[in-house]
Amino acid sequence: MSDAKSQILGRIRGSLKRDALPAATVAALDERLARHERNLLPQRVARDPAGLVALFVEMATAANTEVTRLAALADVPSAVATLLARENLPAELVASPALADLPWAERPLLTVRFDRAHGPDAVSVTPAFAAIAETGTLMLVSGADTPSTLNFLPDTHVVVLEAKDVVGPYEDALDRLRARGSTGELPRTINFVTGPSRTGDIEQTIQLGAHGPRRLHILLVEDNG
Amino acid sequence: MHATSHAFKKNAHEALHDAVLQRALLNLKAGFQDRRARTVAQLPEWEALRERAKAIKDHVLLHLDFYLERYAAQVETRGGMVHWARTGAEMRDIVLGICRSVGARTVTKGKTMIAEEIALNDFLEEQGITPVETDLGEYIIQLRHEPPSHIIAPAVHLTKEQVADSFRAKHTTLDPDRPLGEPRQLLDEARAELRQKFLDADVGITGANFLIAETGSSIIVTNEGNGDLTQLLPKVHIVLASLEKVVPTLEDAATILRLLARSATGQEFSAYTTISTGPKRPGDRDGPEQYHVVLLDNGRSNMVGTEFQDMLRCIRCGACMNHCPVYAAVGGHAYGWVYPGPMGAVLTPSLVGVEEGGHLPNASTFCGRCESVCPMKIPLPKMMRHWRERQFERHLTPNAARYGLALWSFLARRPVLYHAAARAAAWLLGRLGGARGRFRSLPLAGAWTATRDMPAPQGPTFHALWAARRRAPGR
Repeated sequence: MSDAKSQILGRIRGSLKRDALPAATVAALDERLARHERNLLPQRVARDPAGLVALFVEMATAANTEVTRLAALADVPSAVATLLARENLPAELVASPALADLPWAERPLLTVRFDRAHGPDAVSVTPAFAAIAETGTLMLVSGADTPSTLNFLPDTHVVVLEAKDVVGPYEDALDRLRARGSTGELPRTINFVTGPSRTGDIEQTIQLGAHGPRRLHILLVEDNG
Repeated sequence: MHATSHAFKKNAHEALHDAVLQRALLNLKAGFQDRRARTVAQLPEWEALRERAKAIKDHVLLHLDFYLERYAAQVETRGGMVHWARTGAEMRDIVLGICRSVGARTVTKGKTMIAEEIALNDFLEEQGITPVETDLGEYIIQLRHEPPSHIIAPAVHLTKEQVADSFRAKHTTLDPDRPLGEPRQLLDEARAELRQKFLDADVGITGANFLIAETGSSIIVTNEGNGDLTQLLPKVHIVLASLEKVVPTLEDAATILRLLARSATGQEFSAYTTISTGPKRPGDRDGPEQYHVVLLDNGRSNMVGTEFQDMLRCIRCGACMNHCPVYAAVGGHAYGWVYPGPMGAVLTPSLVGVEEGGHLPNASTFCGRCESVCPMKIPLPKMMRHWRERQFERHLTPNAARYGLALWSFLARRPVLYHAAARAAAWLLGRLGGARGRFRSLPLAGAWTATRDMPAPQGPTFHALWAARRRAPGR
């Protein structure tokens, strides 16, 4: 153990007027960590799945996010094409490799690269791992097929969210993440995203589009079996 | 940063006469107070959440050694490195060592108050490494070579005209006649200036709002997205955090997160809350190759177990200063160090000593708004009183105040004498006030009478009136 570490821990124990904790206390604290129990959840998330989706849309919209409802995942490429045309953006984008199986070929005028984002990329499309209705927040997780740079470098960020992945509180989304795979290992990066980037640093006036995306669009895909 | 907290009185006097600063400070109410009030009103569980959050942090502080050890072990299990720094100097050397080991020339920085506390930027520059602040407010004050004046809005003391002047002076390759009258234009220019710096940096340094003992994760909460670009793009990510940032689990962090954004900016949730766990994984296409955490003590281990332990619950939301009448009058720079407002008045003497920071706990009207808005229920006024007592014990209080207090306490413990003295003083002042019934100036009260008259006492004392009333028939 480094000198600094042992000295800092020693000082803490000295200030608390005790030695290292007894084994029984340590076991109880380890058990508390393993249990990772929930604390208090706000009442506003006590709704059925349709109610949660409605709450999510309401809260996300209030945070300057545009939400478009789609019937099926297969509709995503054409919805993206429509969006880019409406915003006068070039029909060129970078998408998460996880979305490579969508029928992009049906929109041949769209140029799609499946990779991480680089400086010049203007538009990205990524999947959401989950969404939190409580505050209209997306949960995006990193992985080989879901690079995190897509969430921050491009000016326009389009997120594909399936309605079945909308949960009430943050804790439900964390449970889904912990249940993923066999190890329960967290991804390197978990981004909770609520609206486009913003700042109030000049005279407390809120401006959208600080260093991250200026626009955040959610394509909300309804369950249809 | 070199502390000038001992000069609070002079600093405050100058701030009160700075017309531009006074105009900038007017934005505090609509910018922070009103937004917070609206959002808090939409969450009926607010008070219950405050209690839970307080209980979580109190639990951590009583077992701080355990949670720090568990946290460090989890970071290392996931391929990260933990470094322990007893002092700011040790932390600076550790950061420099990591930067040197990868041959770093430029370092991007997300907003971190710990870096301000240890004066990291000046140090890195002396060592030939260029630090680039990327939070808009921090970027502005770095251009102006100023310290932050607020813990979440570092440039809150500036008007947009001052920012425009700084941009024209520093961004010399741009058209000097470009329009910069609106915040939007200023933001777009800063965004364009910083974009390449994000991509070119060798090391990214961020702070941490939370460290998670359960998973070894660090959490940052931001709005601009600069913190994420800072920790995502360079080869090396360094997290700077003080000891008390650790919480047990992600669920515990979620509870406190419900309080943080609402208290700070009045948002339901900040735009970005990011949980980082170790370096990039095999197969990842982006993310840092190295993940370092440097834990800073710098006096905090001495606060545990004392009457100042409650201060370690602070989550740096800024609500106390946003609601403080003293802060609103003088701004953050008057406090003379990194942490201003009520939280700074309590924390600064703990970290830099009561000799330097002892004035700050006197910069309070004891109105109690700071405690009532504090999401972590920190008894700030009570702790300021503790510091005043310490200041008194150490004979750091001015003599006039000491003798005045001694005289008052002598009288207050002798009611008969006290009533007689009060009667005599009221009679004397009433006579001296003359026909006008007011004083334009009074000895020992020059600061009070400089801007207003002191009314002279009229009639009998309160005690006399009260006694008469109790004797009156028909009561």
